[in-house]
Amino acid sequence: MALLDVTNLSISFGGLRAVDDFNMTIEKGELYGLIGPNGAGKTTVFNLLTGVYKPNEGKIKLDGEDITRKNTIEINHAGIARTFQNIRLFKQMSVIDNVKVGLSERYKYSTLESLLHVGRYKKVEKQIDDEAMRLLNVFDLAGERDTLASNLPYGKQRKLEIVRAMATDPKLLLLDEPAAGMNPNETKELMETIALVRKEFNMTILLIEHDMKLVSGICEKLTVLNFGKVLCQGETKEVLTNPEVVKAYLGE
Amino acid sequence: MHMDKKTKDNLITYGIVIAAFLVVEVLAMTGKLSSHMGGLLVPMTYYAIIAVALNLCVGILGELSIGHCGFMCIGAFTSATFSKVMADKIPSGPRFFIAFIIGIAVAALFGFLIGIPVLRLKGDYLAIVTLAFGEIIKNVINAFYIGVDSKGFHFSMENQMALNLESDGTMIINGAMGITGTPKDANFMIGIGVLLISLVIVLNLINSRDGRAIMAIRDNHIAAEASGINVTRYKMLAFTISAAIAGSAGVLYSHNITTLTASSQYFGYNASIMILVYVVLGGIGNIRGSVVAACILYLLPELLRGLNKYRMLIYSIVLIVMMIVNWSPKVIEWRKRTFANFGFKKKVKVVK
Repeated sequence: MALLDVTNLSISFGGLRAVDDFNMTIEKGELYGLIGPNGAGKTTVFNLLTGVYKPNEGKIKLDGEDITRKNTIEINHAGIARTFQNIRLFKQMSVIDNVKVGLSERYKYSTLESLLHVGRYKKVEKQIDDEAMRLLNVFDLAGERDTLASNLPYGKQRKLEIVRAMATDPKLLLLDEPAAGMNPNETKELMETIALVRKEFNMTILLIEHDMKLVSGICEKLTVLNFGKVLCQGETKEVLTNPEVVKAYLGE
Repeated sequence: MHMDKKTKDNLITYGIVIAAFLVVEVLAMTGKLSSHMGGLLVPMTYYAIIAVALNLCVGILGELSIGHCGFMCIGAFTSATFSKVMADKIPSGPRFFIAFIIGIAVAALFGFLIGIPVLRLKGDYLAIVTLAFGEIIKNVINAFYIGVDSKGFHFSMENQMALNLESDGTMIINGAMGITGTPKDANFMIGIGVLLISLVIVLNLINSRDGRAIMAIRDNHIAAEASGINVTRYKMLAFTISAAIAGSAGVLYSHNITTLTASSQYFGYNASIMILVYVVLGGIGNIRGSVVAACILYLLPELLRGLNKYRMLIYSIVLIVMMIVNWSPKVIEWRKRTFANFGFKKKVKVVK
């Protein structure tokens, strides 16, 4: 059974059909790319998958569970985590606290225990701290644990956003233009980070990206969107040599 | 046990409050404290408490409320009503304790109810609506007439006559004249105790799962939602706790004076703004700063009364100086360097 199964997904904003009859199947463990020209509806697809928008038609199934009508919070609990095109970190909080926010729905204690630091507080906080440090160590951010997120260099901010998403223990990770604004070196590091996520966590990833070097380098399958419609779908090599894709997006 | 920086910071905060309490007690015992100064002590604690409450709302939750004196007003009137009715029936210790529970609970309830519409708004709009609610609370209480006689409670929103009290009845809330004869149960020690409890609760909250969720919402509510944080729940939680603590300040307020009126001077938006000044100058999100700023800025104009004409001039200069000391990056850097030289957090350099 596919991990993510999207069928006939559509949404209109007024007269504009932003996403039209969108279909996609992602198998467990795949690294899937969503590409297309600006305004094609890629981020809208992400927003539909994460419950920011509710689709007019269609169905989204995650691991067999119907999540079409669920809100953002429920969808995160169901197992989809995401990063954002424009970085959205908790800027006034430290690096480790950013990760701990991601962990907070997995390691719980009551509000009363929060206020009085009694009961499970100490034990669970220790677990949260250990797990956060484990994640930071995996992603080589442990040295910056007490740095304010806003003081991190750009590349590490992107990385921290991925760590925070991973902290929610997702089944599917959505990355919205992770390489946007990066120089070639940073992009190379990002590709290593993504490889690490796949290796360490056996993660299924769906990413939006414009950097063709990154897309052709790491994605196994692609869907090309154009004006809200699927232009082409399949193995990366075949898609990138498809004459229609070349014409609409890559340029002749 | 290894103690992290946050725990140490919190202990310093509690230490400052306890030290201040001890110094004042020693001064009082040796007779060095003037009666004027002695009268300022309890107000100082309740202003520090409400500054902590407001900082939770403004600095930690990130929502600018300028109606917090409304919650203080609710705490003051509900608890004073209880204490007046029960004045002869319960001894003062337990009575004051129950008064606290009532004042805090009702303020929290109103914080919750007002939070439902208010927290749907953002920024300036939220500030304006909290301002309006603060004024509404004050004005509604000004129109309350409550009396009690052998037949029970009487309530009116018109005038004293409309209550139809029996001859043996007593007025509890007399409209704009408020409540007179509340037992004077508050003292400096209780004030400091309540301040310490408020500090423990707020600082504990900040260093917990719930507190991190609240600060995450402040920094980016979209990302918080995408991380599975229930934004509405945590916003309501922070606002309600903030209102409850403001209510406890109100309980102290009403049990420190004999005549309680819902006047603009103490519960209007001017008072709310004054507390916001404490919070901003003490450092938004800096709980210890709020306590220190509230104490200094409350005491200063009172102690300068002798200077008469120049009082407000000096007060405004102090405001500007505090702003510079607390917020200018250069001064903060200088402050850290100076403290380091005092061996406060000295780093030992090994020269080879």
